[in-house]
Amino acid sequence: MSCLNFNVSHVLSQLNLCQYLPFHRQEIMKWNGWGYSDSRFLFNKKGQAEFTGKRYKLSGMIIPGLKEWFEGTFGANLQHKSPPILNSSAVRPPTLNEAFVEELKSTGVPFSHDAEDRVFRAYGHCVHEIFALREGRIGRVPDLVVWPNCHNDVVKIVELACKHNVCLIPYGGGTSVSSALECPSEETRSIVSLDTSQMNRILWIDEKNLTAHVEAGIVGQDLERLLNESGYCTGHEPDSMEFSSLGGWVATRASGMKKNIYGNIEDLVVHIKMVTPRGVIEKSCQGPRMSTGPDVHHFILGSEGTLGVVTEVTMKIRPMPEYQKYGSVVFPNFEQGVACLREVAKQVTPDFYLIFSSGHALKPQVSSIFTSFLDGLKKIYITKFKGFDPNRLCVATLLFEGNREKVLQHEKQVYDIAAKFGGLAAGEDNGQRGYMLTFVIAYLRDLGMDYYVMGESFETSVPWDRVLDICQNVKARIVHECKERGVQFTPLSTCRVTQTYDAGACVYFYFGFNYRGLSDPVHVYEQVEHAAREEILANGGSLSHHHGVGKLRKEWMSETVSNVGIGMLKSVKDYVDPNNIFGNRNLF
Amino acid sequence: MASEAVFSHRDPMLQKRDEFEDMLEERRNSSDLRYALRCYTPVLYKGVTPCTAGALKNMVLQSAQIHFVIGQVSNETGRAVDDIQEEASAILEEMAHSLQLSTVRFFAFTLSKVFKTLFRSICVNEEGIQRLQQAIQEHPVVLLPSHRSYMDFLLMSYILYTYDLALPVIAAGMDFMGMKFVGEMLRMSGAFFIRRSFGGDKLYWAVFSEYVKTMLKNGFAPVEFFLEGTRSRTSKSLTPKLGLLNIAMDPFLKGEVFDVHLVPVSISYERILEEALYARELLGVPKPKESTSGLFKARKVLSEDYGSIHVYFGQPVSVRRLSQGKVDRGQFNLTPRHIPKRPSEEIHSFVNDSAYGLVRAQEENMVLKPWVLLASLLLQNHHGDQASGRARGMALDELTEQAVWLRDLSRQYGAFLHWPDHVPPPEVVSSSLSLHRGLLTITEGRVQLASEQAGGPAGPGEPPPVGPEEELLRQAVTVLSCVSYRNQALHVFLRPALLASAVHAASSSGKQEIFNSFSFLRNMFSNEFILCPGATVQDFEEACFLLVKTGALHVSQQEVVVTERGHRTLAFLTSVLDPFLQGYQVVCRFLSEEANEALTEKQFVPTVRKFIIKRLLAGRLRYTEVLSSDLQKNALAALLRLGAVQKIKGAEPGTLKVNKVMVHSLEDALGGNLPTQKPAAVARL
Repeated sequence: MSCLNFNVSHVLSQLNLCQYLPFHRQEIMKWNGWGYSDSRFLFNKKGQAEFTGKRYKLSGMIIPGLKEWFEGTFGANLQHKSPPILNSSAVRPPTLNEAFVEELKSTGVPFSHDAEDRVFRAYGHCVHEIFALREGRIGRVPDLVVWPNCHNDVVKIVELACKHNVCLIPYGGGTSVSSALECPSEETRSIVSLDTSQMNRILWIDEKNLTAHVEAGIVGQDLERLLNESGYCTGHEPDSMEFSSLGGWVATRASGMKKNIYGNIEDLVVHIKMVTPRGVIEKSCQGPRMSTGPDVHHFILGSEGTLGVVTEVTMKIRPMPEYQKYGSVVFPNFEQGVACLREVAKQVTPDFYLIFSSGHALKPQVSSIFTSFLDGLKKIYITKFKGFDPNRLCVATLLFEGNREKVLQHEKQVYDIAAKFGGLAAGEDNGQRGYMLTFVIAYLRDLGMDYYVMGESFETSVPWDRVLDICQNVKARIVHECKERGVQFTPLSTCRVTQTYDAGACVYFYFGFNYRGLSDPVHVYEQVEHAAREEILANGGSLSHHHGVGKLRKEWMSETVSNVGIGMLKSVKDYVDPNNIFGNRNLF
Repeated sequence: MASEAVFSHRDPMLQKRDEFEDMLEERRNSSDLRYALRCYTPVLYKGVTPCTAGALKNMVLQSAQIHFVIGQVSNETGRAVDDIQEEASAILEEMAHSLQLSTVRFFAFTLSKVFKTLFRSICVNEEGIQRLQQAIQEHPVVLLPSHRSYMDFLLMSYILYTYDLALPVIAAGMDFMGMKFVGEMLRMSGAFFIRRSFGGDKLYWAVFSEYVKTMLKNGFAPVEFFLEGTRSRTSKSLTPKLGLLNIAMDPFLKGEVFDVHLVPVSISYERILEEALYARELLGVPKPKESTSGLFKARKVLSEDYGSIHVYFGQPVSVRRLSQGKVDRGQFNLTPRHIPKRPSEEIHSFVNDSAYGLVRAQEENMVLKPWVLLASLLLQNHHGDQASGRARGMALDELTEQAVWLRDLSRQYGAFLHWPDHVPPPEVVSSSLSLHRGLLTITEGRVQLASEQAGGPAGPGEPPPVGPEEELLRQAVTVLSCVSYRNQALHVFLRPALLASAVHAASSSGKQEIFNSFSFLRNMFSNEFILCPGATVQDFEEACFLLVKTGALHVSQQEVVVTERGHRTLAFLTSVLDPFLQGYQVVCRFLSEEANEALTEKQFVPTVRKFIIKRLLAGRLRYTEVLSSDLQKNALAALLRLGAVQKIKGAEPGTLKVNKVMVHSLEDALGGNLPTQKPAAVARL
């Protein structure tokens, strides 16, 4: 089987697909599921799993092991379908603020109160949001959608919103998984969704300082593609980069999988411009670091749309890597894999390498899609290294980028360390496949929902000494809670380490279960996720590594940052936005 | 799962208990040797393979905690790290178990022989065994047996071996190590030894706690220890010691394991091997130091009939569930977990509450034999006789009638009473009396406590008794032996008895007033009985519930009134508590009359004993059982806790400074003028 080139944007430009998001995204994207309308997993008439469309390397292919894995893991049955109920007409008519609309017309900024446009912007991608949409249950949605074309348009819209007391909710890529986009049900004012997708230009590239000044509505894949054309990249590649926007990254403190080489979003931004009800906030220069009191950028980073709209960002860029090499290592068990990652984080200078490990239980997913790969592995281990238990082994995938010599040198260093922890190099192909999976995994959830399987992933960051304990306890808690709540099938409860830091790691948990027989599966799901988050916090994990707080995790904010901390944030909000124009009520 | 059930005390009648199976029966019918040599393949937590004693020691010595403490001690004392490391290693050598299957098999064989000779049956609830087996596979398990006899831990291991369960590692006191050969044998059967006191020794504490945690976390074996810390000489549960429980809960609280399951085990002996030994010890004949030769002398116990043993494995209690809403585990997030820290106030009170809950769970599943009720009645009668100056004893039919009455009452209070209902009561009574005939004299159809103990430990070498004091002490041995049986039922009657005494003492029937008296008594006796701190209101409600349910009291919003038919119950209940009330009064009297400046803690028991003997001989005190040093020590502990007595650094360490005014007023209160208005913050209903 050939594999997907990791560089998705490259693939996309080859295929010559649409380059920017259109006004009416529902024309090319699902309104009640992940990603492009033409790309999805399904079981064809022969009962084989297939990935449709033409966009990905996996597109149009049969995935032989998926059915067995799907049925085996969840106890799902292809006979039991739970298809979405298509009913987008249940949308309540908009509550319009006539005076606002009148003045908006005169500015010439495009807007719409078409039901489909409004519903599309009312949700992110949490399980409960998608589930409700599939069931045709639609709650409070924005009353109007506006598409500003540039910074000045945003200034005008915000001024009008303040003048007419209209609630604004900024909308970038719509990939939120924290209920951040949900309209507060108690909001009585007219809600306007401010869609930044048309602010998608690179305004300039400064090759001397290696920076680029970009409009904040640009989505990851476009940014990367445009920079690549000039021979540069940002290196910021979150899993959602096909759809998520620069402004969204800033507003949620995003993290990308190559962060060990390039840094997280807060390391990448040099300058931010944001429009608030008080006016525009920005720094006066582009100095690489300043000692001018608390960094005002940090009020903006992670503000989750509560203070204003990020309109323009100056970002660091780098020449495209001269050399890239994938790799993978197989460990006898998760514990040794983590120990190895910890050692690598200690010893290897973070430039030019990236390491990211699949937890042992993600392995079935890998195995199902690439049966041949795992079968091959199993054979090797069972014949050659009998100590390896195929049910416990764990795979780490690697990517090295940069100067060829250094890449090779680091590669050797990493493999040497891995060997000390019982790890065995498992080839470049396996590494590359691991990366490809990143972008298609999100589509798998929709397949599950077609067959009574509900799933979600959530993340945390935790000190190194807690990694194994938190994984063990949170996984056990999920299984325990499902049992307590009458879930009849053993749930999928697994994890992987996706980022490493000097002082800790980012851990992802995957949770999925077959909800046949449950009267209110979403409620069960929410209770289990709630319990899992409590377990994370009790085990020294953070409330979120990069997904953000939104409304989903608000209740834990004060214990997370202390009451004084909340007070500090609130006083900023009170000053910047006294009338709560940016009224999405995220964070606190 | 069922921890809530374990800790709830609503209606004890509704409590369901498992059936027992006699495990000796099979031993009587098949080869002990084959049994000892049979294939033994217990399942372990998460299917881990047991780890060798040596590997375990290495894990402990290489742990982050030991490294940290070694560094700390080195910094503080200036000693070389290597040196301290060696010390740590030596501590571990002294402490660690070296479980060997061959020793276990040896014990399995010998104990089969011994048990069959000593006991009629050893009854085990097999459902409890199944629950335990399940728990061992899913979580690290801590076994918490009650402690009444040296036999306890051998018996536990014997049972687990029989049912093919993982053998526990058992925390034992260092005093066993005195018995050279036996000590090593015990070590090889899974015991590990801890010093009785190691107060400020950081290194010792670190090695010890890490050792226990390593075994627990990795699930190599269930850990077993005695919450009560030592054998109860009185058959009353002792107030729990928290050290080991703290250690056992730590891995869960710090997130190192998903959960820990605590299994309370109640071991009830129909006749305790050490019966007379304990009585003598409590009377001040010092306990013989454990020695191998001493054990062999105990051989003559083999010729006696000790009835049956009941071992009840309680519901496993999940620490996770127990701590829900009570402990914020996030408190360990801000310091590395291997740095030892004193438990926070929150954790301390959580562990304390849990420990009390667990001891109560042990109490609840203690099997009571009819004899326990008979002993209570005979003692009450004995004291009545003494008061009236006539030693008449009790007519058998009267005893039977009262026993039947008490049987029904105790059942309503939730006692786990093994009274054979298919046998006519007179037969139940006479067979019970015959097992304990050593403590009784039966003449002309009347029963009374033996004035002289037949077959007691008084060897032929001892001179015949002379003088009234010796006579009194002799009598006291019998009384204290009987008391130890009555005490087995105390937990059943305790709360109603506290309420009965409060009602008895109160001048009015006002509920708040009675509650205040109840609260005073409860507070006074919280070193004596298992009364969880802070649960006054629950206990009061529980007592009211039971007495109202049985029709002895009528409780309204404002009032507590004794009903017509309640008088008998209340009279019985008040006399259950009376010896303790009087005992504490005497101790107070002693302290206010006789205590001088130089009285030390060490001298306290001998001097108070002399004082009590004088009063008993003068007929100014009825209860011989007040001679029990256990009661005297508990009373002192209570007075120290209440601040009526203080320990000061005088010329001698442990000098006692008595606040005579306070002691006097406490005595007065105990004597019937119970305070109805409590000073300072007292719970209101």
